[in-house]
Amino acid sequence: MIAPEFFYAALIVMIGAFLALLRVFFGPSVPDRVVGVDTLNTLIVAGMVLLGAAYDRTIYIDIAIVYALLSYVGTLAIAKYLQGGLE
Amino acid sequence: MIEWLIGIFLAIGVIFNLLASIGLLRFPDVYTRIHAATKCTTFGTIFIVLATVTYAIYSYFWVEKDPSWITIGIHSALVVIFLVLTNPVGAHALGRAARKSGILPYGAVIDELEGRL
Repeated sequence: MIAPEFFYAALIVMIGAFLALLRVFFGPSVPDRVVGVDTLNTLIVAGMVLLGAAYDRTIYIDIAIVYALLSYVGTLAIAKYLQGGLE
Repeated sequence: MIEWLIGIFLAIGVIFNLLASIGLLRFPDVYTRIHAATKCTTFGTIFIVLATVTYAIYSYFWVEKDPSWITIGIHSALVVIFLVLTNPVGAHALGRAARKSGILPYGAVIDELEGRL
């Protein structure tokens, strides 16, 4: 059973992800680009949940769990690097 | 009636996610961008997952008794629990790293971290 409202919601979330990608392209400093990537990660997790509900597949939502945790670890690693290494 | 509930939850979540992206493009410096992006995406994703859980409960009890609907609902709830726990911590680490690498806030009147980093 395909639910069309989840598809439209995923489309609008992907438009927002494209706007966040513009900040990654044109960000004047490095932390601006990292904030853009962080926003992009959260929006893609939301899109994965929406598409998993639309296609009735559990495995997409499991991938969203793993992606959320791994993007958090990546953001923490970049932040540690930006502030000058481990203390 | 429950379709209206799913639609309202989806509309709130999608509008807040879109507002986060617009704020990311329009705010002047990195701290206000973190402020806009983190809070709006966390709130919007909470409502998107709420719509998914409502859809799974409705499909299990009123469409067909398939146990995969329960799995979809519980795993979506796990996604939002992990996001709520990890997203503010990542934003905090990012803002602290930006301030430590020498970026001053735009138009700040006082700076209480001056000389303490």
